[in-house]
Order: sequence, then structure tokens, then C-alpha cells
Amino acid sequence: MASLRDIKNRITSTKKTSQITRAMQMVSASKLNRAEMNAKAFVPYMAKIQDVVASIAAGSNDASHPMMITRPVKKTAYLVITSDRGLVGGYNSNILRTVSNKIRERHASKDEFVILCIGRKGRDFFAKQGMTILDSAIALPDHPSFADIKEVTRKAVGMFSEGAYDEVYMYYNHFVSAIQQEVTETKVLPLTDIKPTGATSTYEFDPSAGAILEVLLPQYAESLIFGAVLDGKASEHAASMTAMKSATDNASELIDGLTLSYNRARQAAITQEITEIVGGAAALE
Amino acid sequence: MKTITVNIVTPDGPVYDSDVSMVIAVTASGEMGVLPGHIPTVAPLGIGAVRLKKDNSTELVAVSGGFLEIRPEKVTILAQSAERATDIDVARARESAKRAESLLQAKKDEVDFKRAELALKRAMNRINVYEGNI
Repeated sequence: MASLRDIKNRITSTKKTSQITRAMQMVSASKLNRAEMNAKAFVPYMAKIQDVVASIAAGSNDASHPMMITRPVKKTAYLVITSDRGLVGGYNSNILRTVSNKIRERHASKDEFVILCIGRKGRDFFAKQGMTILDSAIALPDHPSFADIKEVTRKAVGMFSEGAYDEVYMYYNHFVSAIQQEVTETKVLPLTDIKPTGATSTYEFDPSAGAILEVLLPQYAESLIFGAVLDGKASEHAASMTAMKSATDNASELIDGLTLSYNRARQAAITQEITEIVGGAAALE
Repeated sequence: MKTITVNIVTPDGPVYDSDVSMVIAVTASGEMGVLPGHIPTVAPLGIGAVRLKKDNSTELVAVSGGFLEIRPEKVTILAQSAERATDIDVARARESAKRAESLLQAKKDEVDFKRAELALKRAMNRINVYEGNI
């Protein structure tokens, strides 16, 4: 049986750990709030841009754009959004497992695909597997603004236009609720299925529909990625919150158990002491 | 007086939402003034100031990269970044203007040159809007 002092030490250290995890849980909870607000602020922009793209695409048949045309696929890009740090439960491992499985299913050799990473965990994972990482963005702030990820989205869309790859799939954790996040796969490029969200109207184009698509489509694709990053961030904070909550719960369970055995050991020691005193007194008589 | 609703939206959230009597924006093909009852139009925006006329006052918003969607009773501006004159961090704009200028003078390769030029344009636009001299 462990000594009294050993148990006491373990109780103290577990208590300290639980204090930290509880604090982290609360930090994540407040970050989740902000992340949800950010995601909400982005919705009107996305809805509007989708509307306009859809109405242009539906309105004119002659307006086509390289980004809307499906090319024969020689190379596929996987854009994987993970977090920069751990302590987020299954957040990263779920995504990375899904992506690895998909890659194994679809590709025979490592030359058929490239990886684009947002988040350190994903980059490290794919680098270890020896896969080609074309670009990565790490150490994003907790509440990224569009300017923070403009660089990586611009590159991702630009390299598609230059023909570095012929399709882009994006993987991220979709935020369903604070306790549920879903790994989601989205095809970003080429833009094939753009659905109008509301009633579309017919527009005049200045100077032409083609010129507008030129500006609009890259912006649309970049917005898709930005939306996924915001969604992913909200999921990350939610996952971290849940993970820290269960860590705190486990710690208090552990403390309860340890306190019980501490009291038992203390009582045993007292009993033993009394027995010794009584025994000693009896021997003197 | 007839008015038209103006919405300026960026990926980081809405920036402006109000009724005005006239909108003047810099589009790819030149300056464009929009009055209430305009025919539905879509036009790409350059880097520049959007002027929003209201009664006797004019408000300025610095925008870059985006487009303008016009309906008879509503104008929506979708921009990658948009700031009202009062929200502009002018010290930062001056700094990035300086940085872009020194990059331009260094004259490295083609791509950097173009990007520095755009950065300078954006910074100058912000400074102009902040100072109100359009």
C-alpha cells in the first residue's frame, strides 16, 4: 500500500491538473462563442456571393470560366484543415484518418496527389508520411480574419488555375453542436454545382459576364475555404472544450478515489498506533 | 427624396448598412454613380473609395477587391476588405505604404513587384479615405 505522503502528493498534483484543465475548458468555451459569432458574420457574405455566381452561371450560357470546367484529373489536391495544437480530443485524428483512408482508396502512387495544409498537426502528419505538401499555413490566430488566410487561399486557387492540379478537395470538421463535429469533404474546384440560395434575378453586366466571373470565381472559391476555416475553428474550440471537460471530470473521479484510500491509510495508521500504545502499556504492567 | 439601401459586406462581417441617396463607386471600367431605381447590374470593383451621399453629407468607405451588385432598391457591395473612414488604422496604412514603396524601389522579380504595387495602392486608398481627400 502506498504511504500516506505518496497519496497526498498524488491528490495535490491531480488537483492542480484539474484546475488547469478546468481553466482551459472555460477559455475554450469563450473562444467557441467568438468563433460562432465570426462564422455567423460570414454567412451574409457567402450567401450573397453564391447568389450572384449562381445567377450569372444560370443566366448566360456563353459565360464559362476555366475554374468551372472539369479537366481530366491527373493530379488531385487535398486541402486539410486541422488545428495547430493538441488537447482537442479526436479533432485532428478524425480528419487525418479520413483523409488517409480516402487517399489510399483513390490513389496508387504518391505522384497522383498533393497536400495543402492549414494547421500544424496536419502538416506534421503528412510530412511524416512522406507526402508532397505544396503549401501550408500554420499558427493562425484563434479568430482568423480573411486577411490571415488570404495568402494560402490565393495560392490554392492560383495553382489550380495554373494547372498544378486538376481538382481540389477540402476536409474540415463541420461544427454541428458543441459536442458534435463532423468530418466533411467538399469539392472546392472545379466549381461545378453552384446552387442558388434564393430567387435569382437577371443582371446587366459591366463590362461583361466573362470579366465578372474572372473576378468573382476566385473570390468565391477563396470564400469557400475561408468559410471552412471558420467552421473548423469553431469545431476546434468545441472539441477542445469537450476534451477538457472530460479531463476535469476524470480528474475529480481520480481525486475521489485517492481521497478514499488516503483516509483508509490514515485510519489504519491510527489504529496501528493505538494497538502499539496499548500493547506497550500492557507489557509494562 | 428617394433613397436606396446600401449594404457593404466582407468575409469578416457587415461593415455598412443604411439608406442613402446616391452611391458612387470605382468599378473596373470607371467611376459609376448609382441612384435609386437603377437597372439590376453587377460590376467588379477596383481598389478605391465608395462615396455614399446622404442629404448634404458624404461618407467614404475604403474597399478593395470585390464587386457591386445593384438592384433597383438595393446596392450590395461584396469586398474582401472594407473600412469606414473612422475605422481605418492610419498608422498601419502609412507603414504598409512605406514598406511597399521600399519594395518597389528594390525592384526584385515580377510577382513581388505587382504585389507591392497593389499593396501600395490599397494603403494609399486607406490614407486618402481617412484624410477625406477624394
